[in-house]
Amino acid sequence: MVMEKTWRYGKNGITLRLKVLFMSFQNQPTEELKDVRHIREMMERSSRFLSLSGLSGVSAGVFALAGAFYTRHYIFPAYYNDYNRTGYDSVSFDWLRMTLLWVASLVFFLALASAFYFTWRRSRKQGSSLWNITSRRLFWNTAIPIAAGACFIIGMLWHNEWRFVAPASLMFYGLALVNASKYTLTDIRYLGLSEIALGLLNMFWIGYGLYFWAFGFGILHILYGIIMWVKYERKS
Amino acid sequence: MKNPINGLNKVFDNRIRLGVMSILVVNEEISFNDLKQMLEVTDGNLATHLVSLEENGYLKVHKGFIGRKTNTTYTITRTGQKAFTDHITALENMIRGIK
Repeated sequence: MVMEKTWRYGKNGITLRLKVLFMSFQNQPTEELKDVRHIREMMERSSRFLSLSGLSGVSAGVFALAGAFYTRHYIFPAYYNDYNRTGYDSVSFDWLRMTLLWVASLVFFLALASAFYFTWRRSRKQGSSLWNITSRRLFWNTAIPIAAGACFIIGMLWHNEWRFVAPASLMFYGLALVNASKYTLTDIRYLGLSEIALGLLNMFWIGYGLYFWAFGFGILHILYGIIMWVKYERKS
Repeated sequence: MKNPINGLNKVFDNRIRLGVMSILVVNEEISFNDLKQMLEVTDGNLATHLVSLEENGYLKVHKGFIGRKTNTTYTITRTGQKAFTDHITALENMIRGIK
């Protein structure tokens, strides 16, 4: 039995990883280099979830755009028709709020389900499992900021404060992605930073939340999805 | 334990043992099943190599339960960390020497 204090993961692990990474770039087919490549692959495979598919981003973005389009061209005109005829009336305002909530939930659900599907498909193709230590870590570290943001937004709605829903959701989502980027493909980090910047901008164009949403959750997802797909998946 | 010619550690000659150490050095704690999945090896094969690493004092075994199922996890020891770092340094030196 070993009665020794265990070594804690920390700065040493990172230094060691950089060293291995650097060595595996040198291009001699020796036994030693094969070992180094193996070490590097195991370090990567055990610390980041690498099966995230770019198509997940594209599909989530498409659903977001569809939701925004439907809202802009069907829900808003229906509401403002009434509004222009009879002025403010609480029944149609409640209808507007409920419809928006339903559309948003549906978009969120479809985007999440499709994102799961494409990532599941990719991990199956690679022969790796969708539920292992790396995906669990990725899941929890994304879920925590998202859940905090969701509670915060529900709190705002509770106080009848709807103006900051769009900026807050963009910012919390951005923070979640920045956090997630430590546990999966690093490209996610820049998507997260873009979402944060967009959320901050939206603070000063309060009435245009839907457009900021469409851009942040729609266009940016599709753009990053395509970039990631080209970068990691097209070859295979 | 050390190969006198180049400082490479004999224990890490084996790909599975090398893989286990690579995973442990970047993960605080890892379960038997996660190791099995990442290394793509059979239970028996992995168990044998884990025992030999434990006997060398390179890793520490923690036996626990999730419900009724056993959940064995592994952490690297200081000795193991040092041995692995030395091994990588030796590999580095050899690669540099060949250049």
